[in-house]
Formats: sequence, structure tokens, C-alpha cells
Amino acid sequence: MRLIVPLQAVVQGRGGLVLGSLIPCALFYLLQLYLRRNRPSSSSSPPTSSASASDLVELATIPRSLSRGLLSPRGAGGPARLSSRGVAVARDDDNPYYVGLKRCPEDPYHPSSNPRGFLQLGLAENLLTLDLIRDWLVSNWKESLLLDEEEEFSIRGLATYQPYDGLMELKMAIAEFMGQIMQESVLFNPSQIVLTGGATPAVEILSFCLADPGNAFLVPSPYYPGWDRDIKWRTGIELIPVPCRSTNNFSISIASLERAYNQAKKRGVKVRAVLVSNPSNPVGNLIDRDKLYDLLEFVSEKNIHLISDEIFAGSIYGSDKFVSVAEIVDAESFDRSRVHIVYGLSKDLSVPGFRVGVIYSYNEIVLAAASKLARFSSISAPTQRLLVSMLSDRKFISEYLIINRDRLQNMHALFVDGLKQLGIKCASSSGGLYCWADMSKFIQSYSEKGELKLWEKLLNVAKINVTPGSSCHCIEHGWFRCCFTTLEEKDIPIVIERIRRITESNLVS
Amino acid sequence: MEGRGCNDMLVCHHGVHPSLVPQAMGRLGKGGGTGPYPLGELLFCSAMCTHINPCSPDANTLWHGVVRRKAACNTHGQDSSYFLGWQEYEKNPYDPKTNPSGIIQMGLAENQLSFDLIETWLELHPDALGLRRDGTLVFRELALFQDYHGLPEFKKALADFMGELRGNKVKFDSSKLVLTAGSTSANETLMFCLAEPGEAFLLPTPYYPGFDRDLKWRTGAEIVPIHCSSSNGFRITKSALEKAYQQARKQNLRVKGVLVTNPSNPLGTTLNRSELDTLIDFVVAKGIHLIGDEIYSGTNFADSPSSGGFISVLEAMQGRQNVSDRIHVVYSLSKDLGLPGFRVGAIYSNNEAVVAAATKMSSFGLVSSQTQYLLAALLSDKEFTRKYVSENRRRIKERHGRLVEGLRRIGIDCLKSDSGLFCWVDMRHLLSSNSFRGEMELWKKIVYEVGLNISPGSSCHCDEPGWFRVCFANMSAATLDLALRRVEDFVVSGGHSSGDDDNGRSGRRRYRIKKPSFARWMLSLSSSSDRRSERGC
Repeated sequence: MRLIVPLQAVVQGRGGLVLGSLIPCALFYLLQLYLRRNRPSSSSSPPTSSASASDLVELATIPRSLSRGLLSPRGAGGPARLSSRGVAVARDDDNPYYVGLKRCPEDPYHPSSNPRGFLQLGLAENLLTLDLIRDWLVSNWKESLLLDEEEEFSIRGLATYQPYDGLMELKMAIAEFMGQIMQESVLFNPSQIVLTGGATPAVEILSFCLADPGNAFLVPSPYYPGWDRDIKWRTGIELIPVPCRSTNNFSISIASLERAYNQAKKRGVKVRAVLVSNPSNPVGNLIDRDKLYDLLEFVSEKNIHLISDEIFAGSIYGSDKFVSVAEIVDAESFDRSRVHIVYGLSKDLSVPGFRVGVIYSYNEIVLAAASKLARFSSISAPTQRLLVSMLSDRKFISEYLIINRDRLQNMHALFVDGLKQLGIKCASSSGGLYCWADMSKFIQSYSEKGELKLWEKLLNVAKINVTPGSSCHCIEHGWFRCCFTTLEEKDIPIVIERIRRITESNLVS
Repeated sequence: MEGRGCNDMLVCHHGVHPSLVPQAMGRLGKGGGTGPYPLGELLFCSAMCTHINPCSPDANTLWHGVVRRKAACNTHGQDSSYFLGWQEYEKNPYDPKTNPSGIIQMGLAENQLSFDLIETWLELHPDALGLRRDGTLVFRELALFQDYHGLPEFKKALADFMGELRGNKVKFDSSKLVLTAGSTSANETLMFCLAEPGEAFLLPTPYYPGFDRDLKWRTGAEIVPIHCSSSNGFRITKSALEKAYQQARKQNLRVKGVLVTNPSNPLGTTLNRSELDTLIDFVVAKGIHLIGDEIYSGTNFADSPSSGGFISVLEAMQGRQNVSDRIHVVYSLSKDLGLPGFRVGAIYSNNEAVVAAATKMSSFGLVSSQTQYLLAALLSDKEFTRKYVSENRRRIKERHGRLVEGLRRIGIDCLKSDSGLFCWVDMRHLLSSNSFRGEMELWKKIVYEVGLNISPGSSCHCDEPGWFRVCFANMSAATLDLALRRVEDFVVSGGHSSGDDDNGRSGRRRYRIKKPSFARWMLSLSSSSDRRSERGC
């Protein structure tokens, strides 16, 4: 440490040398940390052989509380260390997607009390139809929660152990709801459902079932930034982005999949599945019937799995019809056992707080395994009971779906229109709670850096949180995901105005 | 058929043991009522006392585990007998009116003794369930609430409640609390945070069988048993700890920590001060972690601290240097409040990195906002929690006494305990042979003939055959009495074994046990209808 200080003093006088000197300083600093980390372990058992050089650098920056432990007088065994995945997860904070999500609640926009606060366009949640759900709850909560079959007041059905993979009643209700969403083009079988506490564990559990550490999934990009956490953190699975391009509206290219597959193979990495979102998150386009056939053919040929995340299936506002992969496998003679669907009630029913995720699979072994792994993320029984009654109210649900679609359609049109006035075009889309906006002409250098600069301005100056394309592994720069369902209609002009201020200043300079 | 790109485990499963597959499929019970067993039955098993055999873990593929271990384990011959018990129970559950001769479930550590208290509270506070605060609806914020930091008012209330259960000798800071979907998830999350795949935790035996799943399945961590024996009441000793540590070394496993249940599941005992000191000294000396699973802390019914009683590991570490960031506590509302259906667990740790990592990982098992809201209201009512805790303890104590006393009259002893929703019952003198085969034989008779589903010690990795975990809080007093009468009939009639090894243990017996005729024994096993007719009370 002492060495760094004089070096800095020398450097200060000569601007030109700054960069040249900082790099060796930084390297030296890392070396020190590395040594410090390794010293106490010398007497304990040797570090795991699997730790590569890059791992060691990662470990070198473990948080303060731990380094205190490292320096403290120790017994024979030294300090109690975390696992490398624990350390990595604790540190993983710098993705703009999460940075933005965290900033907004600290100073949220309110039309009267905080008109200068942050506007949240980074979170795909649907506030447009919450009033409908609320009204239903007001009139129905008591019956749905507390009265047993004999209309007696009892918590027995809520309090005791329930099946970890979800109540059968809820599975049946959700199967029906999913069918309703897909306009009865598919009949979902409740016994092929495993319920989990949100779509996040659903995706993780599926990943645990389908792949081993070191295996990979092919993921057409841009893709949902959360997957980098949800899938990679604990399973040890690699996600290989397979770039889609704006020239064909970011639709999936089988040729790119093929290329990525072969490259992985060359590296000695086993590809276990293709993971897609349909409607796509973040683009909002749908995978059409032909492409679904192509995908199924691709996975069949490679003898791998297909995971289709259809969590936005009920949030369709466009003219295209949503086609679930379930519809194709039902009709054709593909080997179904390689097809798995992820669903949840967080988007289409806008109750993310209730934490309901769905694994729908045609593979019995996967279902058996997943239903056991559901023990780590079961849904609270009171919440399940509540949802059983809500989803079983068919009249309410069909009304809800119609109104939700109308409101989505309306908001989408207004928002896209507003952006158009600024000269910002969006990718053509039909579903989801967001649009995929092309602001590339407002970034100063066509690079990830340029894109993040604009994102930072939008966040810190305009106080608008959107998700930059680089967080979604988009290969083209300057694209942003903007969620419009977190807004009210009257907020749209404000958002557009705030963006205008940034884009105009960016064009001028 | 080659695997379809599934895990190696599936591939190997298809390839190597094709014959196992259909069986596995049946056992795994696809969870939809379409399988041969009712929904979730198998999952229940693991929450209680089901044995998962550590089926030949290949050191290199340890954490391939999930599917393979599951598929293979459940087809393991030895396992089938445990499922048999659960299957029998599901087929023929006792009901005082509709099925008075059915099997009584005593393998389920569920606390139903104080439901009425919670029901009364809910009736008086409908706002909590109706998602209202002071009459206005809080639905909007709750519907959207998915912050993995948890609802602040709930965490605060939970922290206070945990403090209260520990006689306020430990102050809980809600910012060090991580909410998880049940303690199952809490334990797994801690494993993910602390151990690399292939590293080990030491657990004193007998231990909760679910740990074989919760700690190992997905994390790739390993369990090395600390062998405890009845000779000192299954207490943890320094030499046993050291032995386990060396054993792990021998297996080339790096030890990352010790996990203890305190109060113990399945023993129902609490760790005393010197055991806790031994444990803390040990983890400090080795530079490893200590996890105290304290989900039964509220069931402790010791009259006064002098008579033992529950001491939290957080209390025991007070005043020591350099230990706080290696000690972690797991908690849950499933046992103390009797609300396993709510799926609420928690991790409490002074280690910032663990809290940070666990908080983020909790997104894989968050507690529904509605449930958090409801429980925040319930636990914030201090007057209610105080009343609940003491009344619940009183009822557990009474029920515990009823079981212990009832068994004693029949000549069966229990390990002296002061916590839990179960007793650790000594039936060694009823074994036909002092072996796990003998234990299994007796256990089958207890399921089939006596009509009780209890958990054999071998499922909890107990080293000595003849111990059983018997739960008492998931039934009415009348049902418990009936269970005791059935046991009495069984013992008096000599329905158990002939006891080849009388020598040395006859002193334990209060009853001179008649040798049953071989023919009678054969008959009793011959057909299910015979069994059923014999099973009555």
C-alpha cells in the first residue's frame, strides 16, 4: 500500500503518464490482495485445485468483513471461508439492470409529492389491471381463505404441511388458466405441472434437472438479464448467447444456433438445451409457428432439450396470435419429452408478490425430479388457496383477460407513439410489458460504452430507468428495453419529455 | 435407448439400469394424482423421516445428484420399506369416525396443538388476512412486492419473536435476517454459500433424514456423521467431533463446518452449555463454520434454566472473540407456530458476506408477500405472542408427558428430553435381533400390525438399532391414547419378536414377554385382510 502513494504523487504532475502508471499500480494492488488471501491458508488444507487464476482474482476482492477475519489471529484452521459461489453471489451487483432497479425505489416518482423522482421503466410488472384483482379480493378473500368445506372457520388447510410441488387444486386451476390464455388451443394437463415459488426457481430447477455443471444452454439474444443470475449462479451452467439481429426484427436464426452449437462442441462444452422466451423478453416479438417447427427440429436433431419461457403468454397486445410450443408438440409427432415450458402468474395476473411459478414438462423423469426439488421453493398455502378461488372464478378471469389486453394495447400504442415523436423506433412486437427501443442514433460512440453512457444519463439526469441492450447481451448497440405497464397514461408525456431532454442534448453535441 | 440429452445421470440411468426405470417412475409419484401414490406423498416423507440411502456417491459426479440420486435411491431396495409405511398410511389413514382401525400418523413432526389460538386471533383481526391496514387496503403494494430483502415489518416482528423465544438474551437485528421458503431452503442456501461441491459438513447422529436431501442434492456438499451413542444420552463430545473430522480427512473431504439441530430433531434434547462450548471451540480451532438449526426453539418446555433448557448458539458465543462471523442460525415458523404450510424460514448470520449472498439466493424461494403481511401482523401483537408461546409450551409439555408416561407403563422408555414434537423411544428390548434388520422387522410390525407410522432410527442414521422417533403433536389426545393402547396390546400379546438375545438386556424389561408362536407370526404377515383385522384396537 505504501508504495502506491508515492507513485500517485509522481504521476499527478504529468497527466500523460496517468494511465501508464495506474495499470501497474492496480496490478500490484491485486497482487497484494492475492498474497494476503493466500497467506493464512498456508497452514490449512491446500486450496481446491479447481480454482483457476481468474477465480483467485475474484476471491481477492472479497468483502471487508471477511478480510478482517483473514487478518485476525487464527487457530490451526484459519478463518471460516465462504464457498466461491457464495463470494461471487455476494459481490455480483454491477449489472446495469440491477443497478437501475435498485436506484428507483430510493426516490420514486410521484406526480404531486415527488415529481422529480425516478420513473421505473426497468421492471416488467403490470400495474394496469391491479384494480380488477383488488376488487375481486375485497369481495372474496374471506371465503377463499378461511372457510373449509363445511363453511367452518379453520386454518387447518392452510397451516399444515402441503405437497411441496403445489396443491392439486391450484395445478388444475392454473392448467385451465393457461388454456384460457391460449384461447383453448392447448389442453394443459395438471399432472404435468410442478408449482414453484415464482418463475425464478422454476427456471433454476429445470436447469438443475437438465444439465450438469459445465454444460451449456444456447440462448438467442438479446435475452432477459435475470437469467445470468437465475441459471448460472448455482447450477454452474453456461449460457451461450446466440445473437439475433435487427435486420429481421430479432427473430431466431437456426443457422446461428447451429454455429453456436458447433463452436461449443469444438470447445468441448456439452450443449444441453435451447432456452427461448416467447413472447420474447426483451424484444416482445413472438416465435411463429414455422420457427417453432424449426426449433423443435433443431433440438431433435441435436438430441437436446427445448425450454420455452412463456411467462408473457397472456400479455399479448398485437395482432399476431401467440402459439405455444405445447400446441405444436400436441399436434405433431415430435419427441415431447424434450420440451419444457416455464410459466408464472407474476406477469399475466400481475401478482409477482404472490410468487407463483410453473414448470410444465412432458418428461416424466424431469417432472418427478422437479416436484422433489420444489421443496426448496414451495408456495405458501394461504396464497395458493386464494389463487385457487380467484382462478376458478371463470367469469372474472375472462373479463380480466379482455380488459388487460385492451389496456395493454392502449398503453403500448401511446408509448410507442411518444417515442416515435422523438425519432425513436421500436422493434415490431406483439407481447410483453415493454418495447424494445432503438436509440442508437443518440449514442455518441457506437459501442457498449456509448450505450451505457446514454443509459447513465437517462438514469441520473432524466431519472428514467430503462434496461440497456448490453445487459441483455444484445449484439447491436443502442437498444433499450422500456416497460410501459409500470406507468399510468398521464405519466407517458412526462417520460417522453424527460427522454427528449437527453436525446436532444446528445444530438447537439 | 440413449438418453435424450438429459443429464448424465438420466443417461446412465436409462443405459445401465433400464429395469429400474419403471419402478422409479412409480415411486417418484408424478405428483398429479396420476401416479400410484397420492399427490406429494413422497415429498411429505422427506419432510418427516424418510431414509435416503447415500447410494454410492461417485466422488467426481457428486453433484450430478439431483435426478440420478433421486431416481436411483428410491429404487434402492432398502428404501422401499420406508415408502411402504407411508404408502400404507396414505391408503389407510386413521380417522376416529370413518376409519377407526386405520394407521395413525406418528411420523409427522407437525404442531397442531395450538391452532385454536391462531384461529381466534385471526377471527379478531380480519384485516391481516384481508390485506388491510387500519381499514384501508394494502393490496397494491403487496401484489407487487417481490423484494428479496423481505417486508421490513415482518422481519422486524420475526426478529423480535426470535429474541423473545430466547428469553431476550440474544438481540436480533432484522438486517441480518434473510427470509427463505421454509428452513429447508434456508439450510440449502447456507450450504450453497459455505461449501464447494465435494466439501463436507459434520452432523451429529441421529439426524433429521431430510438433511440428506436438503444439504446435499443440489449443492454437492457432503455429510460426515459425528457418531453419538446412547451411552451418554447422545451428547456431542470433543473426541467424537475430532473423530468425524479425521474421518472426513480420510475420505479426502475438506470439512467446511458443523451443523447441529438444537433442540435436536429427532432426539428432542437441547445442547447444554458445555456441549455448545465444545462445539464453538472446535469450529474456531478448525477455522470452520457452525450452523445452529433452531427451528424447535419455541417447543422447549424446560421449567427453569437450571433444569437445562434451550440455549441458543448465539447466546453461547457471546463474549467470545472472532467467532460471530462463523456462526449462523436457521429458523422457521413451521414448528413453533405450527405453520409449515406457510413456508416461512430464515437465516440469521453476523457474517455480512453470507447475508449478502443468501439474500440474493433467497430469490429462489421467496415467501409470498401476502403471507409475510399476515404474519407481520400476527407476530407484532406482542401480547398474543407471549400468550401463545407459554400456552403452546404448556400443551407440548403435557402431551409429551402423556406419551412418555403411557409408554413407561408399557415398559418402554424414552430418552429424557425437553423439546420437540416427538420422543426418541427406546424399543431395543423388543427387537428380535440387535441389528438393523431386527429394527426393520419390528418397524414393519408396528406399521402393519399395530397400525402406527413411526420413524425408525436407521432412517435418521442412528448407530444403534432399536430407537424410534414418535411424534405426538399432530393428533388429538384421544388419538394418542388410542395409539398407546395399540402399543400396549402389541407388547402384552407378545406380538413382537421372540427376542433371541435376551441376555444382557432383560433388565430393561418390565414385562415378561411371551414367546409368540411361529404360526401366529406367519399368520399375522400372511395377508393384508388378516393384518387389518388384527390391527384394530
